[in-house]
Amino acid sequence: MKLSWPKNRNMSKLSTKILPSSDTFKANRIANLKKLEAIRAVSDVAREGGSEKSRERHLSRGKILPRERVERLLDAGSPFLEIGLFAANGLYDGAAPSAGLIAGIGRVEGQDVMIVCNDATVKGGTYLPMSVKKHLRAQEIAEQNHLPCIYLVDSGGANLPNQDEVFPDREHFGRIFYNQANMSAKGIGQIAVVMGSCTAGGAYVPAMSDETIIVKEQGTIFLAGPPLLKMATGEIVSAEDLGGGDVHTRLSGVADHLAQDDKHALALARRAVANLNRVKSQQLLMQNPELPAYDPDEMLGVVPDDLRTPYDVREVIARVVDGSRFDEFKSRYGTTLVCGFAHIEGVPVGIIANNGVIFSESAVKGAHFVELCSQRKIPLVFLQNITGFMVGQKYEAGGIAKDGAKLVTAVATTKVPKITMIIGGSFGAGNYGMCGRAYSPRFLWTWPSASVSVMGGEQAAGVLATVRRDAIERGGGEWSAEEEARFKQPTLDMFEEQSHPLYGSARLWDDGIIDPRKTREVLALSLLAALNAPIEDTRFGLFRM
Amino acid sequence: MFKKILIANRGEIACRIMDTASQMGIKTVAVYSDADAEALHVLEADEAINIGPAAALESYLCGDKIVDAAKRTGAEAIHPGYGFLSENPDFVEAVLAAGLVFIGPSADAIRAMGLKDAAKNLMERSGVPVVPGYHRDIQDAQFLAVEAKKIGYPVLIKARSGGGGKGMRLVQNSSEFVGALEGAVSEGKASFGDGHVLIEKFISSPRHIEIQVFGDNHGNVVHMFERDCSLQRRHQKVIEEAPAPGMSEEMRSAMGEAAVKAAKSVDYSGAGTVEFIVDGSEGLQPDRFWFMEMNTRLQVEHPVTEMITGLDLVELQLKVAYDEPLPFSQEDLSINGWAFEARIYAEDAAKGFLPSIGRLNYFEMPDDFARIDCGVSEGGEISPYYDPMIGKVITHGEDRHQALANMRAALDQTYIAGVTTNVGFLAALCHDEDFSKSHVDTGLINRRLDSLISCGEAKSIDIAVGAVMLFLQRLENERASFGSEFDGWRAWGTGNFYIDLIHLEQNHFCAVRVIGEDRYEVEIENDSIALQLKPEFSDDDFSQKIKVEWSQGNFTVACVETDDGITVIGNARAFTYKLIDPLEADNTEVANASLIRAPMPGLAKSVKVGIGEHVVEGQVLVILEAMKMEHSLVAPRDGEIESVHIDEGDQVDDAALLILLKEIQSE
Repeated sequence: MKLSWPKNRNMSKLSTKILPSSDTFKANRIANLKKLEAIRAVSDVAREGGSEKSRERHLSRGKILPRERVERLLDAGSPFLEIGLFAANGLYDGAAPSAGLIAGIGRVEGQDVMIVCNDATVKGGTYLPMSVKKHLRAQEIAEQNHLPCIYLVDSGGANLPNQDEVFPDREHFGRIFYNQANMSAKGIGQIAVVMGSCTAGGAYVPAMSDETIIVKEQGTIFLAGPPLLKMATGEIVSAEDLGGGDVHTRLSGVADHLAQDDKHALALARRAVANLNRVKSQQLLMQNPELPAYDPDEMLGVVPDDLRTPYDVREVIARVVDGSRFDEFKSRYGTTLVCGFAHIEGVPVGIIANNGVIFSESAVKGAHFVELCSQRKIPLVFLQNITGFMVGQKYEAGGIAKDGAKLVTAVATTKVPKITMIIGGSFGAGNYGMCGRAYSPRFLWTWPSASVSVMGGEQAAGVLATVRRDAIERGGGEWSAEEEARFKQPTLDMFEEQSHPLYGSARLWDDGIIDPRKTREVLALSLLAALNAPIEDTRFGLFRM
Repeated sequence: MFKKILIANRGEIACRIMDTASQMGIKTVAVYSDADAEALHVLEADEAINIGPAAALESYLCGDKIVDAAKRTGAEAIHPGYGFLSENPDFVEAVLAAGLVFIGPSADAIRAMGLKDAAKNLMERSGVPVVPGYHRDIQDAQFLAVEAKKIGYPVLIKARSGGGGKGMRLVQNSSEFVGALEGAVSEGKASFGDGHVLIEKFISSPRHIEIQVFGDNHGNVVHMFERDCSLQRRHQKVIEEAPAPGMSEEMRSAMGEAAVKAAKSVDYSGAGTVEFIVDGSEGLQPDRFWFMEMNTRLQVEHPVTEMITGLDLVELQLKVAYDEPLPFSQEDLSINGWAFEARIYAEDAAKGFLPSIGRLNYFEMPDDFARIDCGVSEGGEISPYYDPMIGKVITHGEDRHQALANMRAALDQTYIAGVTTNVGFLAALCHDEDFSKSHVDTGLINRRLDSLISCGEAKSIDIAVGAVMLFLQRLENERASFGSEFDGWRAWGTGNFYIDLIHLEQNHFCAVRVIGEDRYEVEIENDSIALQLKPEFSDDDFSQKIKVEWSQGNFTVACVETDDGITVIGNARAFTYKLIDPLEADNTEVANASLIRAPMPGLAKSVKVGIGEHVVEGQVLVILEAMKMEHSLVAPRDGEIESVHIDEGDQVDDAALLILLKEIQSE
């Protein structure tokens, strides 16, 4: 059946000033491709999961590899918006690709769901600190966006050598079950498929789920596995007799459905989702989706290699929004912050994008625009490329902090879905005003060319050097330029390493690094996922006047 | 001319006859059995009369019912088609006795040709060559050697009671004769207790070439040249052509004259065919053809003659039956180009050509460059009661090469789903090297049988197309409302969609990747195939085709949804694929169940079975009394009782093992 959509409104169409044949475009493209390829190489490794040996061992047990499990669960042709693919990259001696967990949003039986799948080929599927953080992040996304959760469990539980970093704190292992209980209370379905071990704390994932499937002679659930049991009580029993599928579906009732194998289990999980009886309500005036008039493939040539080179962010917007149509708001005022209405894959959005440093006018304009979108319940998209708020005596006196606070207040308290894309620099309080991680955007994505830190490395090293020079010179000493350079280098190196997108993505400061050419699709899928939850009324905090 | 005729047949030939009749302004009456109530020949006729149940013996073979139908409808003549009553002289007499015209030869002519040995003798007397041989009683070795020489070497010596090659000797020349004779005689005695032998001409490369003849009631007989029917499987013709490859004018007129002589010897009227066996071992020689038999009816393969002569044989049959003289003489006839006919059967070559029964839920054949004689249309049924022929494809060309090319193209563009057909087998045959080079003989198909059959088997590319089609079918049902650019979308890498399918009871595990618009990559059994599927829209909305492009060429398929899967047709082949439903594993739980346990604590009121007993699914094994209720515990599946763990009157605990069931051991 062809869906009928209202005819698209006539909106202002952006026109580009970029020439794909120009040398600048070509140079930008080559530089950005290089950054992209570096990330792609990491993504290839991450998607492989554990070592070849451990994958072969997994397969030899008649089990399906985790990524295939996820894909078999999905509807035919379903997109999969993966979360935290780069988690734990470079951590734990590089031995934990994706933190041993695949998480993401896909479609099952026509419904958007959050899938969290243990990768038993990575450290036996045990929970490292980053695994816990990633699992909790996936649950947070599910809870915020009302996405039913399907847990494909195959895990040895908490990683014992790291127990202090995974067990006791608020945002540690226990929070997983707390979240399950609270999501279930909100009517967000919790379904577990036990496809391997589910030991100790892990046993609570299936036990806390609304509906649980277990694979015969493969899935096990127990609070204490055979080795611990032997230690504790001396009882000797096989894993299958202690907590296998037969025991749990026939005797204990810990699981509800006995599956013959992985494929059967995943089909049963699909059936369980089909019975959730959920309706995604239509909350927005959607338009007929339309591709941008300018090819998103040009994105790599549009954005300069050097973050310090200014460019018009409308060139990015033109390669993201439907038909490259953009109704700009207050285009003549506070021009360093570009605000306006557009559609992405038919979904109306308000876009806030940086075109330079934020002045008082820009901040106030941004706050006004957030108010508009909140009033109208239009989701917000932040295209973040910000060096910060304007500094200097004149601006401090002009109340830049007060006006910045207005923007931060608006962004912090609005209830419309916010999605943030870091497309360039993300420094200092600019990160806050432009809905950084701390402002709970529903999703936060990063480009390979992005750079995130409290301030630029140059500035940080410069600040430290100035303090040092002052101290030396106060003591009558002398500090040569070479000495100063040597002093600054470690700081520069540290900032360079830590502001790299992979450093942040490994620590789950974002939900993933993406190919800039796929910005539109990532935003569209994020928005469509976000629309599973009703948009609530906003009550703003107090705006300092 | 007749005003109305009855066609005492069904299927393609009934439709074929009606076509000509209606062009001549003659009304047609169809007869049909209960199984054919909605058949095409019934729909095409002006009137239709039911003549009884499905079984042919009770309908199409009941002469009296057919004569009665003709009289009731006022038909003046009856056309018998081929098969059924077409060569039954008693039926001919019954038709005439009822005052109707039989469109065909006289009962006497049919009788004369009906008894094969008598016919051969008659032909021999009339000067028509018959296969030389000695079939009489004298067994003297000297005498037989002389006979063998008369027949001409090589000859076959056969034990009269022999079979299966036993007691048979091939003799190349006279020096070998006596030794071979002794061998055949002793083997015949040892194996069958009968040392009597006969001698026949050995034809090393036999071809089946037949001559179409036509006579009228005014003493005229002409021949309409030959047809080569050498491509046979178990004496069933598969592909026929006209003219015969390698035929010389000299040979043609010799055969034509012999055939006319044969027809005249029985005062033949109407369409008939004289079949000859021809020795093709050294090319066609005018002295190497011998009479086999005469078919006193219109043949299945008559269209190839029509294609090369431009005649309508049914029209001529009607005119002759109406006592008109043939409107031409032998000199007026000539051959134009070349023609082939292939018979499309609902049969499964891979399963020993077993007939395939079912409904044609998709049916399309090209009619722009091929003639299609067909007795069914889409939605029609191939029933188990009759010959499973769906129809015939007839192509014509300026020369053999062109006509054969047209046949290949026609088969490639034949789309039939619902039943298994021999289209793939026919197409493989059309690509056979020997056949393409005109090297035909009656043993060709048998020699190539295995490779001809395997040509029709699904290859990796076919399975890949099937996997993508099943994926698209799922996609159609499962895709959300947003655009196709999101199909299989991933931020990094490409998504796999796992399609586990069954084809001919074999499982194939495929991963389908969307790599672009209409472009896919299929991983299948360690092979990776990239392909592009382009929908082709024709004027006819109902026949959307899909063009498949891949590294080794392009072809067009049609895809038909069936009750539990899809059929992909194209490239002269049709394959049915079905998704494996993982939920079917639900049933294996029951199928494997072997422990019967007490569902709650209770008293065993009665135990109905003992060790070794065979039980069927649902059979009561134990009656348990608990909570004031009687619970019947039944067998979860068929099986054999392996052990019984309770006696009547026992109190049992919850989940106690009561009975163990095992698979029935097949003896």
